[in-house]
Amino acid sequence: MNMLTKVVYFVTRSLPWLAVRGMSSKIPKEPTWDEIDPDKLPDERKIDSETVRKLERLALVKFSDEAGIERLSRAVRFADQLLLVDTEGVEPMDTVLEDRALYLREDIANEGFCMEEVMKNAEKTFEEYFVAPPGK
Amino acid sequence: MCFVQKEDKGEVYRKVRLSKTPVNVSNPLHTAISKSWESMVGLEIHAQISSKSKMFSGSAVKFSSPPNSLVSFLDASLPGTLPVLNKYCVEAGVLTSLALDCQINRISYFDRKHYFYADLPAGYQITQQRVPLATNGKIEFSLFDQNSSKNEPQKMCVRLKQIQLEHDSGKSLHDDVNHETLVDLNRSGIGLMELVSEPDLQNGSQAAAMVRELQLILQYIGTCDGKMEEGSLRVDANVSVNRPGEPPGTRTEVKNINSARFVKIAIDNEIQRHIQILENGGKVNHETRAFDFKLGQSVSIRDKEGFSDYRFMPEPNLPPLVIYDKKTIMNASKDDIAVNIDDLRKKLPELPEQQRQRLTRHYGIPLLHSMVLMQEDGLVEYFESIVQEKSRNAKTVADWIITVFLKELNAHGMTLKDSPVSSHLIGQLIDLMTDGVVSVNTAKKIMPILFTDETRSLTQIIESKNWAQIRDEKHLQTLCDSVIANNMTVVKAYIDGNNKVFNRLMGLIQHQTQGRADPGLVRKILQTKLEEMKLK
Repeated sequence: MNMLTKVVYFVTRSLPWLAVRGMSSKIPKEPTWDEIDPDKLPDERKIDSETVRKLERLALVKFSDEAGIERLSRAVRFADQLLLVDTEGVEPMDTVLEDRALYLREDIANEGFCMEEVMKNAEKTFEEYFVAPPGK
Repeated sequence: MCFVQKEDKGEVYRKVRLSKTPVNVSNPLHTAISKSWESMVGLEIHAQISSKSKMFSGSAVKFSSPPNSLVSFLDASLPGTLPVLNKYCVEAGVLTSLALDCQINRISYFDRKHYFYADLPAGYQITQQRVPLATNGKIEFSLFDQNSSKNEPQKMCVRLKQIQLEHDSGKSLHDDVNHETLVDLNRSGIGLMELVSEPDLQNGSQAAAMVRELQLILQYIGTCDGKMEEGSLRVDANVSVNRPGEPPGTRTEVKNINSARFVKIAIDNEIQRHIQILENGGKVNHETRAFDFKLGQSVSIRDKEGFSDYRFMPEPNLPPLVIYDKKTIMNASKDDIAVNIDDLRKKLPELPEQQRQRLTRHYGIPLLHSMVLMQEDGLVEYFESIVQEKSRNAKTVADWIITVFLKELNAHGMTLKDSPVSSHLIGQLIDLMTDGVVSVNTAKKIMPILFTDETRSLTQIIESKNWAQIRDEKHLQTLCDSVIANNMTVVKAYIDGNNKVFNRLMGLIQHQTQGRADPGLVRKILQTKLEEMKLK
């Protein structure tokens, strides 16, 4: 299955289900909005340089300048609003597909053997290998 | 370019022929673990599933293929791709769980475990962290006394915490000269079963015996080829040491153990390292170490505290995995793609422990013999066909296969599949020997000839070499008479009551016939003659 058919496949598989769900949908037809009162939010968390260093290491992205910390703080603050959502009695949900059984495919080798295509976008290659920086 | 193999995922491949005998590598340093310490060992074993295609994509699974030839868009983590689970990988997991007496979770979940490695292009591994495929299993095996094969083997049982499905990473080759990492994604996405044991083991020998038994079980049910030298079975060991009565000590994890022999060495060395640190008043660091087979010891590879932030999260692209049984299968949306435990249970073959029991009970052969027979692929069937062909004596056949045939096979570096000697031919040779046509020693001499380009039949070989036993009574009578006549002093000693010299006379006769005289007949004739002389 190539990439495109896989996506199409996924969508077509999901559509009938969405239709069935639509008949007794718990999703409101119109979005509703509540203003969030900033005073109800918990205190804004200070992000120290130790946390930033750890995140940089995990994400392999450098953002420890002032603008970076400011951006991170704003993102965390924005996410803080989620704390005000009333989730009392709501089962946590991992994925909208969680009430469906997993589809299984037969064990047939019908992909691969497309080295050139797979490596086309690689910035650096050597012979038949991808070349990456010398990680630890 | 200079390539140094990556240290931590077992991809250092060397041709190591798996030792065919129970673990017996004794290192004088480690034979006795200091009595004042107790050690606890648990294993995490990664078994590559022997499927045709990868776990979440349709790329082929094949060892040592050209780099990056077995890579689909999903394996390279290109955007827009989605994982589609391979049914066989689930069945392999269920079969393995059944063989290891696990409870199988009817619903299990997939999770993402984040790592940042160049050979893990998605930046996460799909694994089962919250609810794995199976839990609470056990593996039973026998431990042989290394110092004496006469002692009864010790039965051991190690609890298995869980079996989870996950996928493998690619492989990195480090080029230290150019400071680059070369990445091959052929292995990326191959299905793995991770088996986690409880820390029920005490030392390297026990761990090695457990790994051997697991290897055998997986090979019997066909879910993993068990080839440690190709990395399809990889062992990590968690080791800790404590004083008796005290809580377990700080544990370290030793990775990169890629042969059954190294399982023993790596674990025993790690236990010793802990003891030495503790006896010198030091503290064991909680860390991950790699076994360096050249140094024969473990070396620290990374600080576990700092790097163990795996940021687990539920895998949003995979709904829960449902396993059915004969009662629930009708709930499956399509039963041809559903996995049914009861169908799989029927597919379980005879397991190694059952086979060992059967071989020893049904054929009456020693346990050690049945274990040796089971270690060569197909040898049990080979043995059974020889025995059943003509209801031959099972003990003789087993003994003959192990001491003569297998020895020759190993000397040629062959497996049973390449053997030029059919079970039928061995059966004939055993018949010639038990019928007395040739002596045991002659039969042993014939075996190597069968491994050459021999096209003649056994009888022709025996004839051409003049190897048939002398069984003609008249001939033997004459021989005995002449030996008696020429060795009167020895004969006199016998008549005077020294029975031990009898064997000397036997030896003289065999010497004269180059060992071809039928020893049973000679014994009978010689005895009669000597007893007659005694009476005179």
